[in-house]
Amino acid sequence: MTTTTPPVPSHWARFRDSYLLYSFKRDLVAQTCLLVFVSMVAAAFLAPWLAPMNPYDLAQIDILSSELPPFWIAGSDPSYLLGTDAQGRDLLSTILYGARVSLIIGFGAVILQALIGISFGLLAGYLGGRVDAFLMRLADIQLSFSTLMVAIIVGAVFKATFGGETFSEYAVVLLVLIIGLAEWPQYARTVRASVLAERSKEYVDAARVMGFRAKRIMFRHILPNTLSPIFVISTVQVANAIISEAALSFLGLGMPETQPSLGSLIKSGFDYIQSGSWWITLIPGTVLVVLVLVINLLGDWLRDVMNPRLYKG
Amino acid sequence: MIAFLIKRLFHALLVMFIISVISFAIQDNLGDPIQQMVGQSVPESERATLREELGLNDPFLVQYLRFAKNALQFDFGYSYFFNEPTTEVILRHLPATLELVAAATFLIVTLSVPIGVYSAIKPRSPLSRLFMGVSIVGISIPVFLTAIVLIQIFSIGISITPFPEDIGWGSWLNGLLSTEGGMPAYGRGNDLTHVFGTWYTNYASWDSLVYLVLPAISLASIMLPLFIRLIRAEMLEVLQSDYVKFAKAKGISMRRIYFLHALKNTMLPVITVGGVQIGTLVAFTILTETVFQWPGMGLMFLDAIERSDIPLIITYLMVVGLIFVITNTLVDLIYGLVNPTVKLTGKPA
Repeated sequence: MTTTTPPVPSHWARFRDSYLLYSFKRDLVAQTCLLVFVSMVAAAFLAPWLAPMNPYDLAQIDILSSELPPFWIAGSDPSYLLGTDAQGRDLLSTILYGARVSLIIGFGAVILQALIGISFGLLAGYLGGRVDAFLMRLADIQLSFSTLMVAIIVGAVFKATFGGETFSEYAVVLLVLIIGLAEWPQYARTVRASVLAERSKEYVDAARVMGFRAKRIMFRHILPNTLSPIFVISTVQVANAIISEAALSFLGLGMPETQPSLGSLIKSGFDYIQSGSWWITLIPGTVLVVLVLVINLLGDWLRDVMNPRLYKG
Repeated sequence: MIAFLIKRLFHALLVMFIISVISFAIQDNLGDPIQQMVGQSVPESERATLREELGLNDPFLVQYLRFAKNALQFDFGYSYFFNEPTTEVILRHLPATLELVAAATFLIVTLSVPIGVYSAIKPRSPLSRLFMGVSIVGISIPVFLTAIVLIQIFSIGISITPFPEDIGWGSWLNGLLSTEGGMPAYGRGNDLTHVFGTWYTNYASWDSLVYLVLPAISLASIMLPLFIRLIRAEMLEVLQSDYVKFAKAKGISMRRIYFLHALKNTMLPVITVGGVQIGTLVAFTILTETVFQWPGMGLMFLDAIERSDIPLIITYLMVVGLIFVITNTLVDLIYGLVNPTVKLTGKPA
């Protein structure tokens, strides 16, 4: 008698038959959002080739063509599609480069907070006891201060310690650090909750009986089973990180004007809104809102599909 | 109950202790107080004696204890910029922030409860869908951007002319799309009424109240969608529960079920989330006050960072920390009081 085991489906085949793809094909909002998101990311990262001019190159900037309006308003210059900012930089190019900076910081910060949060969450959930109590108390305290407040305080301390010059020079790295340090508790809590649920399952007992070390059980056995909530909060966290970065930059604790992100573009444009040049601040603002909105909508959709009971809000 | 109270108080003290250590560490590591006091021309030997006199060479612990002793008496030293005790500077700026937060909270409470309850009772109505759609857009708009858009629309004014002016309704439609502007969007105005001490209020006269409108709407805009969604989700869950079904079966009027039976249990989680969000609200006052140049604590804090006014930064951190700790402790206590299922003494379930 021969038993034939069915062939193990490949990753692609599993993805093709998954509920994730099935519901994606039926959800017009999710498709539109993904399309918008992918094209925005592509445009931002292809900025050096797409942008009409390089806003970092001082030789290309002409102060005489400053505060030109976008193309649909009288008095515009056709070579500057979305007009120019107060320094005479082409607004379209500046936005493309700025979106790139915002996205890099957003993703970088989320990777950092995921690293910290997942490790702490695994430790707290798996080891329990004092480690758990300490880490979760730490997370509670930090969350009670709200992540933005922590980010502002850490940013202020960094700025005071390093001085304005050094801070501007390493702003990208420092912002990733600030936002990453401020928002890890979200990950830690989510991971801990699912680790607590997984820990009592039989496969973990089996692994323990087989003599695997705690580290291996945590990262190789439990972590893969907690991935879907991690996936869901990651989308929301990217949106949050981009907003946090914009807020910090708006307060002057973020990217300098010479290397603007969307937030610092909005900030520099705000000074000219009273003189009627609304586009310098509102066009980058619209880009920021659309970017964050599509990420949030994708996150909403992902949450409904992957884990309907993860959030209540 | 007493044990729970003591536990919470101990927790609160622990958090304040951590905040004070962090604040002190910041103060200790940033800037040189001697430099600030005497300037460049004083010789090194005199600096050394001054340093010894002020106790700056003492071990960290001794210096911290001195800091803590002063902090308990609300003495955080002098602001470098204002040249007066930092607590007085804070007290002068506190009322502006509190009035702003009060106005925003009023807007949030009066709007989120009816909207949230309505969209839970009628989840499929077009109006509910509209509320939900607007709220996810609202979450995605940073508070400073809302503020800027409000300034553009209501303070500066917009004129849009997509329709031909020569037809009668064209100019009427253009007028409909355009706004006059003219709302004040800078500072608190000059018509403040003195209440007592350092408290000048915007609430006493109509002329000064208008200054509060745009900042309060901006500040409320960030929390409102969150609370609407939370109240809706909780209410939806409560409406599924057995006791609501039972009340329906008994024939109690729907209005009574919704507003007496269901709403009570909906508000429980809203209280906890609300308490935590007060912290977020304080963070957002920094942004709102920056946009509107509202002379509150947030703007003062940012200016202090710009001027490296370390004593003022430290005092702000301690005061804000105290506000957080007090509100969180109060929220926990209230939650314990209104929700009998919380075990007050034992470990959380």
